[in-house]
Amino acid sequence: MTSFVWVVLPYAALTCFIVGLFWRYRYDKFGWTSRSSQMYENRLLAWGSPLFHFGILGVLLGHIVGLVVPETWTTRLGLSEEGYHLMAVTTGSVFGLMTVVGLLLLIYRRRSTPSVFRVTTRMDKAMYVMLGAVIAMGMYNSLVVQLLGGGHDYRADVAVWFRSVFWFQPDAALMQSAPLSFQIHALLAMGLFALWPFTRLVHVFSAPVGYLARPYIVYRSRDAHGSARAPRRGWEKIGS
Amino acid sequence: MRVMAQMGMVMNLDKCIGCHTCSVTCKQAWTNRTGVEYVWFNNVETRPGLGYPRLHEDQEKWGGGWVRTSRGKLKLRAGGRIKRLSRIFSNPKLPGLKDYYEPWTYEYDTLLNAPAGDDVPVARPKSLITGLPMQIRWSANWDDDLGGAPEYAPQDPIVKKLGDLVKLEFEKTFMFHLPRICEHCLNPACVASCPSGAIYKRAEDGIVLVDQDGCRGWRMCVSGCPYKKVYFNHRTGKAEKCTFCYPRVEAGLPTVCAETCVGRLRYIGLFLYDADAVLAAASVEDEHDLLEAQRSVILDPDDPTVIAAARAEGIAEDWIEAAQKSPVYALTNRYRIALPLHPEYRTMPMVWYIPPLSPVVDAVSSTGADGEDKDTLFAAIDQLRIPVEYLAEVFTAGDPAPVENSLRILAAMRSYMRRINLGDERDESIAAAVGMTGQTIEELYRLLAIAKYEDRYVIPAAHVEAGRALDEIAGCSLDFDGGPGMGGMGVFGEASGTPASVETFQLTKQRAEADRYDDLPESRGAVDLLTWSGGEAPPGMFPPRRSAEQDEPPTEEE
Repeated sequence: MTSFVWVVLPYAALTCFIVGLFWRYRYDKFGWTSRSSQMYENRLLAWGSPLFHFGILGVLLGHIVGLVVPETWTTRLGLSEEGYHLMAVTTGSVFGLMTVVGLLLLIYRRRSTPSVFRVTTRMDKAMYVMLGAVIAMGMYNSLVVQLLGGGHDYRADVAVWFRSVFWFQPDAALMQSAPLSFQIHALLAMGLFALWPFTRLVHVFSAPVGYLARPYIVYRSRDAHGSARAPRRGWEKIGS
Repeated sequence: MRVMAQMGMVMNLDKCIGCHTCSVTCKQAWTNRTGVEYVWFNNVETRPGLGYPRLHEDQEKWGGGWVRTSRGKLKLRAGGRIKRLSRIFSNPKLPGLKDYYEPWTYEYDTLLNAPAGDDVPVARPKSLITGLPMQIRWSANWDDDLGGAPEYAPQDPIVKKLGDLVKLEFEKTFMFHLPRICEHCLNPACVASCPSGAIYKRAEDGIVLVDQDGCRGWRMCVSGCPYKKVYFNHRTGKAEKCTFCYPRVEAGLPTVCAETCVGRLRYIGLFLYDADAVLAAASVEDEHDLLEAQRSVILDPDDPTVIAAARAEGIAEDWIEAAQKSPVYALTNRYRIALPLHPEYRTMPMVWYIPPLSPVVDAVSSTGADGEDKDTLFAAIDQLRIPVEYLAEVFTAGDPAPVENSLRILAAMRSYMRRINLGDERDESIAAAVGMTGQTIEELYRLLAIAKYEDRYVIPAAHVEAGRALDEIAGCSLDFDGGPGMGGMGVFGEASGTPASVETFQLTKQRAEADRYDDLPESRGAVDLLTWSGGEAPPGMFPPRRSAEQDEPPTEEE
């Protein structure tokens, strides 16, 4: 059971994530967007969306520092376990709260604005449930376990297991020793990643950093192949 | 010098009666789909008025277009790249649906399904956005023909700018119609705003298009465009805009709006311009110099050095020839009568306008004076400050001189041609008063008043590789995924389709020119009714008729 959850599932989720993204990009470039609903409603979005997005970017950064960077590195930099814990808990709580407040605002907006609710797909709802659950468990870990409780040095088990997945030598026993709330958080996250390619979350991979470098005016030549090229989703000819 | 070709349009506002045929045919062709119900790639505004979307010219509010920095550089009004990227999660300058209007339908079902009774059933308006019953408070052209109405005109950003001048003489009110499409600018702010690089200017003909697969729905183009001519499809989450009917133009056909214009006031043709000179021209310090700067970027297609440079850039001979015959070049640079829309946005718009003389003529005629007399008209142009100042704010960044010049040419043409009509001698002094000759006035008259189809539209066909099979759409063109024939959403949200391919339009042209259907090259499959020009039923429209003696099914070579 342990090896199924911490060895088989992560690879299944990763495969689903990577293959799914590849497939979605190939098959559905047209649908690759966050489907903004700003035109319908702007007042709540103007607060909720930046709060959530900047919050979740901070959370992402925190996870990279916590999971990817080994404890030995930070120790070598002169950062004690207590110092690290303090830093992680404070920044994590701040960004986490931003994320939660933003997400709650956005979900409230989505439900209470008829026009926005009308264009919410089943996949959106599934995604919101999954994302909300992952964030809720993450906040529980941050606030209840780390801040109020005794704290748990996840860098000794969860982070090591996380990295071991990418070395293809996953050590399930490490996760076994982590608190249950951490295990649930990790499990839910795997679910979120498996779901990711099929939701509007794909827009994360369109972060337009290239904009900073390109010339302002873009020229393109008329498509030399014209419609002889295979049509894309949404552009197929009828009856072909 | 880097010569590039640009499709351009000129609209003669003197002839626009505000019938909205262009808007309706455009909508039928391009935006009759879910998600773009509120979108009019072509719209006709009554000026003075609010426009569509409301007050779109107020760049203090919307932050569209470019501004010149104190160091003489061009910057998007909305700010630099980093500033705008930091706002990506919630675009602060995005017009809401309410700034356009909330599209609706009526509950027609209640009319059909109402039980017999004493009450007359009514079809209540129902929002297409929320699906709920709604009160209709605003729509496209809500202020149509209400140019001087005190409810709307004072809100017009230009009227506000002119201030007291207008208030003082408000009884001398005037109005005109302003049809607007995408300007297909030489220095497009929408292209510069797009974080994904999905909006681009076509290198061959300068048409600005949105790559629907590349667009990620950041909505920066909507804010960046000062004319608010990029729209957000709220169902597919992608930007859409006027395409200059590129599938038609590639086949040598005019755009739908131009083709169907009953006033025959639109002109389409090529410009050759110097792409290297655009940025400098758009950055000139004095806004009043922008018009001349814009004209100077456009090259003389008869100049041998320009022709040589165009050839060196690989522009085809028939395109150079078309540029020489271009009616739009003639109107902008040769007769210098056409003016760009809001040059102060510094986008170098390529849809130009001949300002309307009609408010002046109306004012003159209403006093009982001769509305076709040169001197009376010239004096009226000088005296009727409001129309001229207003037009100047619209077309020349507030400089009245070019507007006056255009109006005087129109007035001179009127007066010169009336003498000919009445059988009087040609009066060269009328032409000389606006620095022209009688011959050029007659040429201009032919172009503006007679306005033959082949004079208005000089559109070279795109060069398509030979041997590509002609193809056309079969079946119902509304039945694509997410199209109006389908409805509903897939799990990823809604798709959106465009119903036609280039080949369809090439066949349309051949069909329009052919006398009979039999003259056409073999067309495969069925013909879609959108592009069927009427006349005889094409093969395949109906199943083959079975004659009495022919019992076996038709063979393959039939």
